[in-house]
Amino acid sequence: MSRFQESWILLKKNRMAFVGLFIFILFFLVALAGLVLTSGTDPVFDPAMVRLEEKLLPPLSRPNTQALAPEQIPPLGIYLLGTDDLGRDILSRMLQGAWVSLTVGFVAVGISVIIGIVVGGLAGYYGEESLVVGHILGGLLIFSGVVWALLDGMAWGLIACSLGLIMMMLARLKGIAFNIFRKGVIKVDTLITGLIDIMLCFPSFFLILTVVALLPASIYNIMVVIGLTSWMGAARFVRAEFLSLREQDFVTAAKALGLRAPRIIFRHMMPNAVGPVLVSATIGIAGAILTEAGLSFLGFGVPPPHATWGNILSDGKRFIFDAPWLTFVPGTAILIVVLAFNLFGEGLRDILNPKLRERIS
Amino acid sequence: MIAFILRSAVRKSITVFFVSIVSFLIIHLAPGEPSQVDPMNPKFTPEMVERFRKEFHLDKPLHVQYVYFYKDLLTGKTVSWKDNRPVLEKIWERFLNSLPLFIVGTLLTWTLSFPLGIRSALKRGGPFDKSVTFFSYLLISIPGFFFAYVLIIFVVTRFHVPVIGMQTFGLQGAPLATLIMDRVWHLVIPSVLGATGGIAVLSRYVRSQMLEVEGQDFVRTAFAKGLPPDQVHYRHALRNALLPFVTMFGLILPGLIGGSVIIESIFSWPGMGRMAYEAILARDYPVILTVNFLSAVLVLGGTFLSDLLYLVVDPRIRLS
Repeated sequence: MSRFQESWILLKKNRMAFVGLFIFILFFLVALAGLVLTSGTDPVFDPAMVRLEEKLLPPLSRPNTQALAPEQIPPLGIYLLGTDDLGRDILSRMLQGAWVSLTVGFVAVGISVIIGIVVGGLAGYYGEESLVVGHILGGLLIFSGVVWALLDGMAWGLIACSLGLIMMMLARLKGIAFNIFRKGVIKVDTLITGLIDIMLCFPSFFLILTVVALLPASIYNIMVVIGLTSWMGAARFVRAEFLSLREQDFVTAAKALGLRAPRIIFRHMMPNAVGPVLVSATIGIAGAILTEAGLSFLGFGVPPPHATWGNILSDGKRFIFDAPWLTFVPGTAILIVVLAFNLFGEGLRDILNPKLRERIS
Repeated sequence: MIAFILRSAVRKSITVFFVSIVSFLIIHLAPGEPSQVDPMNPKFTPEMVERFRKEFHLDKPLHVQYVYFYKDLLTGKTVSWKDNRPVLEKIWERFLNSLPLFIVGTLLTWTLSFPLGIRSALKRGGPFDKSVTFFSYLLISIPGFFFAYVLIIFVVTRFHVPVIGMQTFGLQGAPLATLIMDRVWHLVIPSVLGATGGIAVLSRYVRSQMLEVEGQDFVRTAFAKGLPPDQVHYRHALRNALLPFVTMFGLILPGLIGGSVIIESIFSWPGMGRMAYEAILARDYPVILTVNFLSAVLVLGGTFLSDLLYLVVDPRIRLS
């Protein structure tokens, strides 16, 4: 039995995870359909179409066809999920918002997983090696050079960067005169775990809120900021996996064959470490969707006419007693999608658990 | 043991230093200068901006600003740009408002998660375990703001109690019982909301911890000796399963200052989280920075405390 078939059987046995996967696929299709149907100059479902005479209609109510211009009539002939205080069709707005939630979830987690794999992999593989004076001076110079180049002028930044590269080179040279550059200062592992500790200190939602509020409002900023502030979990998992994999025979064999470090890391060690990362990524997507919804709810994030599930709910909060569907529709949608990702992630954890695998094969 | 404490303290202080740099940089590298908060305001003449910049050392280079800021913070002289009040005094005042929410929320979390977690571990795979598992996933996944509105709709339409703010206006003449119930209603809903996530996560953790201990040899031995099951579960297994939770007392410390931005803004609760949110909206940099820095320091303090508690409760660490 192949590995994939084995996983499939285990997945089908775990009912909650299976339902999670099903909802996840459904959500993906809906978001894709939403992107196609609500964008362009003349979309089928127009999320920005204002019909002031049709405002705050409950779900399943029929439009007043006499009062509306032909292009204002909703494509289904019915307001499936009702209308908001400007008479905009909630179904169209939900469709538009689904794509935002989907992309924020995937891109933010993609960024955090990539950073996590690189940082955790470095700590796990090169952990025992020491950074030398040359590396540290060089790194500092390159970093300040980049900051300099971004803030003031290119010229000085480039000079600082090239000085930094020279420092890095000096660390490789042999000879008495260069010994000062080859003096070990700190272990790679100590440095990286220290960095993770620093990042873990900040209250994540408040940090994200601060940065997003200071940056110009855009969906890309949110993705990047969520990604940059949530890689610590993935990094820790990869580091822990690498620490144990490093000692195993197949890695020693790969080293003995003379393979280069990148090949050992990515071709041989990474596939063995990917399980826990996949689980934390799936659960991370749920977290990112919740964070984005929270930010939209507080009024940060995607700038207005564009709908997100968070801002539909936030707009609806003024009418919670008169038009509760404005709260319940987006709220339930977020709940179901986040729940699906959480359940699927937990199921994945069980499926990838080698103890369970042995039982069926 | 003293060496361990010292080493941990040194490491934490180094981290505090870097945290102070990072929290300072995050705010200052973002585009937009604090002196340009309100360019449309006619009162903000160039002279005003100049004076403002001088007064808050904004005309100095970044590293000088950094030293000024933390010198002022440590001597308690940092003032809010919004109303010129000392930041620490402002935070303390709001902190006292958040405290009851935090205490009730924490009590709810800790008193509910343990019975739930332990019972679902003992009845593993049964209907009780399955429903607790499902409900904890539901509570983890529900957006706090959505749940808040569901509860508001329910309480307001069912019990006719307004629940926004810390108390209802215009109730001065009412009987004492009404006043107390009013305060309780206002307090209960935000703290229940604050506790939901915690209950879900903590009860899962209690469950897995309990399951792990129940699988160990000494539990099997205890059963084999013929001890009554209750004694094995609660005397032998539970005591060992509780070990990591003693140390978790240190980790709830950060919750003190973070508050909850979303919940406090929904309920107009004048606490820490709401103050932080208002500070962000007003670009009140000293307040934002101080809240970020203080909560990071509290996280570090909390982990330090939990290291110490571990030393106290787990002899295996103390002796090795």
